Amino acid sequence: MTDRFMLNRRQLLKTSAAGAVLGLVSASFPISRAFAAAATVGFIYVGPKDDYGYNQAHAEGAASLKGIEGISIVEEENVPETVDVQKTMESMINLDGASLIFPTSFGYFDPHMLAMCAKFPDVQFRHCGGMWSKDKHPMNAGSYFGYIGMGQYLNGVVAGHTSKSKKLGFVAAKPIPQVLLNINSFLLGARSVDPTITCQVIFTGEWSLAVKEAEATNALVDQGADVITCHVDSPKVVVETAAGRGAFVCGYHANQSPLAPEKYLTGAEWNWAKVYKMFVDNLVAGTPLPNFTRGGLADGFVKMSPLGPAVGEAARKQFDGTLAEMMKGGFSVIKGPLKSNKGVVVATQGQAFVETAIELESMDYLVEGVVGSTA
Amino acid sequence: MDATDIGLWGVPLAILGGAIRVSTPFIFVSLGEAITERSGRINLGLEGTLVFGAMTAYAVAVMTNSPWPGLLAAAAAGLCFGLFHGWICKFSKVNDIAIGIALMLFGSGLAFFFGKPFIKPKAPNLPAIPFGAWSDIPQVQAALDVNVLFLIGAALSLVLWWAFRNTRAGLIVRVVGDSSDAARAMGLNPNRVRLLATGVGGALAGIGGAYLSLYYPGSWTERISSGQGLMAVALVIFARWNPLGCFAAALLFGGAGALGPALQSVGVTQGYYLFYAAPYILTLVIMIATSSPTRSLAGAPGELSITK
Repeated sequence: MTDRFMLNRRQLLKTSAAGAVLGLVSASFPISRAFAAAATVGFIYVGPKDDYGYNQAHAEGAASLKGIEGISIVEEENVPETVDVQKTMESMINLDGASLIFPTSFGYFDPHMLAMCAKFPDVQFRHCGGMWSKDKHPMNAGSYFGYIGMGQYLNGVVAGHTSKSKKLGFVAAKPIPQVLLNINSFLLGARSVDPTITCQVIFTGEWSLAVKEAEATNALVDQGADVITCHVDSPKVVVETAAGRGAFVCGYHANQSPLAPEKYLTGAEWNWAKVYKMFVDNLVAGTPLPNFTRGGLADGFVKMSPLGPAVGEAARKQFDGTLAEMMKGGFSVIKGPLKSNKGVVVATQGQAFVETAIELESMDYLVEGVVGSTA
Repeated sequence: MDATDIGLWGVPLAILGGAIRVSTPFIFVSLGEAITERSGRINLGLEGTLVFGAMTAYAVAVMTNSPWPGLLAAAAAGLCFGLFHGWICKFSKVNDIAIGIALMLFGSGLAFFFGKPFIKPKAPNLPAIPFGAWSDIPQVQAALDVNVLFLIGAALSLVLWWAFRNTRAGLIVRVVGDSSDAARAMGLNPNRVRLLATGVGGALAGIGGAYLSLYYPGSWTERISSGQGLMAVALVIFARWNPLGCFAAALLFGGAGALGPALQSVGVTQGYYLFYAAPYILTLVIMIATSSPTRSLAGAPGELSITK
């Protein structure tokens, strides 16, 4: 209902503004059209844009564009993954004149964004996720995504040094490959410090369930986990609950250190500012936008939160060393010999999967040392 | 933090702790709805009132740096929502369920609108009483940190249960709920009684919202409620409009909600979606077991639009 309200308000503002300055607009329109750099970029978020999480990470990226000359930004938040997002896109194109749109949530792609791609062939659409493929999808669509698993590996390194109970906790939403890779990376990072560390995972089953996330965090702390991280849309509740119970936390999506300054160790954050700037630079220069963009820590798509006050010297040293190694490129988190927690060999001796490896995108296992199940 | 390995004891402890932590919003919303429905109206808008109460409490607590004004403001906001519902529904041919749905959307939307600047700041929390201080196990201490609102909710359900049976006010609410004609014959004004009953119900739901944002989970986000207000309304029917039943049902839902995470934390990791569905399955079983095709629901107020 909120978005419909937004649409109405936007329509109202547009119509009244258009009526008021009709003469002026018609006179100046050809001039503004000739000025090639003027462009409007639209951002659509599935939740609130200050959620200390997924949406905030995107909104921070969008906010970084605001200083660029000739670029204006339109944003809409809390847009469900339904036909509503099509209305939002249409209104951004027809009313705001957007020529580039970033629908940032996974479920916006098919069929909603694809329908709009067909309807508005002159508008560019770039979706956050890895779903675009050249054979199946139109050329005015595309996708961008980051490899954040190595960030969780670094979280694990710091967690491994900080944990006294040698038990870590992970509050996860759903057992999809990207989440599983984050859980596995977190544990393997910790095991690079001490191979006896285990990580307990609790799946809440939904991307955003505040009370269940708090219950899951409490249950993990009750079982002795003393460093908690998560993969849910908004880590705010997990971070605050864990810190309230005296556990340390590693962040995800965005920097949550203001929520628990003493207990926050570090965090794996998206750095969408860099990605959005790249797209907009291309747009301003008039060069074609890339259709398929991906990168990790080394490419600047992902960054780490500054280390917190509780991080010890040994942790800091190994964190810096591992980060430097990752920045060189070619670092593998998943490498043999490695078994799943059901005893199945997932990587043999000498086998290593770099972060771009396609095998990682169909991950369906939790590695040895993770206590939890994918179903 | 002192780490003590409590192993499988974690499960009953988590259910107990979860019942105490999670149930409070259910208690307040369902008690409020029980009062409203006993007077013959259904207010489905309590989900919106809950969210708006959560936002108001958090915002006022941030601004005054104390949780108590926040709690009062949430109750006052809830009262306004309730009175508004009660006032609209007094006009003829107005459907209380439709108004409730409208107010649910309106309350959440308004809360999102005013709540934007309060997502980032941190509000002071409502205090908890450490009933677990006798134990030196930190998990027990954490589970037995009982918030004052939970105790108030428990006392309130007892008081309401007694008041519905033994006081004049309770009798008035019940007679209005059971038969408007009888109430009019007694010289009562059903609309006025319902207006007040809906107002009180809204105020209680607002307090439930304050618990969400000021204690557990203890922060204001737009998805804080995830439907708890609606579930609490359903709990009232489940509890057969009995305040003590509402309290028990709220505890049951709170404890059952903690079951899934607790079982996963001790290593029972298969089929957690099934555990998450446990409270709903339980509700269905009890509803089916106690329903009958030959009579209306026992305890149902006669004037309710769903049972008439």
